[in-house]
Amino acid sequence: MKNKLSPAARREENWGWIMVAPTIIGLVVLNLWPFVQTIYTSFCEHLGFGHYKFIGLGNYTEIFQNAEFWKATWNTILFCILTVPVGLFLSLLVAMLLNAKVKFKGGFRTIFFLPMVCAPAAVTMVWRWIFNGEYGILNQLFGAHVGWITDPRFVMISCAIVAIWSNIGYDAVLLLAGLQNIPKTLYEANSIDGAGPVKQFFTITLPMVSPTLFVVMIMRLMSAVKVYDLIYMMVEETNPAVTSVQSLMYLFYRESFVAGSRGTGSAIVIWTVLLIGMVTVIQFYGQKKWVNYDV
Amino acid sequence: MKKRSLEASRKRMTALTYAALIIGALIMVFPFLWMILTSLKTVPESMQVPPTIFPKEMIVSNFSDAMKSLPFLKLYLNTGLMILFRVICAVAFSSMAGYAFAMLEFRGKKLFFGIVLVQMSLPSQIFIIPQYQMVAKMGLANTIFALVFPGIVSAFGVFFLRQTYMGIPKEIGEAAYLDGCTQWQTFYKVMFPLTGTSVAALTIFTAVFAYSDLMWPLVVNSDLNMMTLSSGLATLRGQFTTNFPVLMAGSLLAMLPMVILYLIFQRQFIEGIATTGGK
Repeated sequence: MKNKLSPAARREENWGWIMVAPTIIGLVVLNLWPFVQTIYTSFCEHLGFGHYKFIGLGNYTEIFQNAEFWKATWNTILFCILTVPVGLFLSLLVAMLLNAKVKFKGGFRTIFFLPMVCAPAAVTMVWRWIFNGEYGILNQLFGAHVGWITDPRFVMISCAIVAIWSNIGYDAVLLLAGLQNIPKTLYEANSIDGAGPVKQFFTITLPMVSPTLFVVMIMRLMSAVKVYDLIYMMVEETNPAVTSVQSLMYLFYRESFVAGSRGTGSAIVIWTVLLIGMVTVIQFYGQKKWVNYDV
Repeated sequence: MKKRSLEASRKRMTALTYAALIIGALIMVFPFLWMILTSLKTVPESMQVPPTIFPKEMIVSNFSDAMKSLPFLKLYLNTGLMILFRVICAVAFSSMAGYAFAMLEFRGKKLFFGIVLVQMSLPSQIFIIPQYQMVAKMGLANTIFALVFPGIVSAFGVFFLRQTYMGIPKEIGEAAYLDGCTQWQTFYKVMFPLTGTSVAALTIFTAVFAYSDLMWPLVVNSDLNMMTLSSGLATLRGQFTTNFPVLMAGSLLAMLPMVILYLIFQRQFIEGIATTGGK
């Protein structure tokens, strides 16, 4: 950087710095520094009132020996397995239905998208009522006596249903945009060749929409790993089934802000970030097998 | 002959498509309908076996009960102010930074943009404990400021608007600059007005995200009068564990403003959230 900048270029540089300054200062104070602090805190014991003592790997050895922690890790992975593939399949189905020549397309889209603008706190409330073991409409309808949110065997499935229901419209809108980018001529050429709808789906639709599908899948996986609000609202801490559904972020919340052990909480959140990193790496290797970027 | 069977199968496909869409729409709508219906029933009626679909006599006392146990007017105000300030900050700071990253040359640009990307790729929970400690240390817990705090800057907004500015031909800016505009005037008077659609999308995204957020308001504002609609509902859940009509009434009250906005601005909401999709 020996060459002298012209006055105009220098002015431009000054404006550049001024205009990014609020953002960069904000990000350093609000995010970058807290990130470093959380890493440090994960090696500390919280003595109360914001005082910490360095204890090395203590928090990590503690959580790694804790059955509840491993259960929460497994719950988080299970939640991803239960919600992401089924959710993607149903969203793609809805997107394809909306992409067909139908009337009231806008109306259907509005209805499917509705849960997106409702706070999870409000939406889960009605699902708690629907799933209620004694008086819930679901059990009444089928004459069953299933404890949908109190029985450890069912509580995870109930939460997964709510998650899928909440996200279907949003994912479908994203996928619909992908579907609408597929040139109609591809289908026309194909149907002259005599290909049926099923074959068309696998030879045209799926490969052409796979880049969008991949983006939606990554987004869905990331938010599933971080799931907290939905499960927290469905299953309160005093519910005996809580350990069967408690996600890592739920455990993080309880450890950090209910029990007050912020060191352990920080270790849990670092562990979650590592998990997210692993999922991302697997995805980016896996995508080569099925995502089609040639088109 | 062949043509007729093709016609018939196409008709069958259309009928199937409609059937699937209608069943899907019913599944989507049912919880909302059930919420409304339950909120108008008495507690004994809500627990009746077999259940009634429509309330025998409509009552609205559940709504007043919900409003007695939760200061809803305060919750609306708190949530509204939190959204307002977060949107103003996100739009102002992200527009400036997005413009600078897309249009200007300055030293440190790559490093600065790297910080933006790092923030975007980390889950927000990793910042929560230190953010909470900062707010507590400043003595600002249980304030509107505390609610706004993590949303003062939006890395996602910067990333998103940078892409918008990159889509605007540089010549437009250069022409304004040659006409004697300063960099700031070029940005503020010429370029910023061209980004209306993206700014609207960012506004909606920021608003819906802030409105849905639960963990931060729960952690930082424990005073009932300083809660948001989301964290207030979490409290209501603890108060009325089995009184579902009141819980439904409270949830409806919490959902109503955003749903009304959504129904008025459907297209902007759906397109806005779809274009910001991915985060």
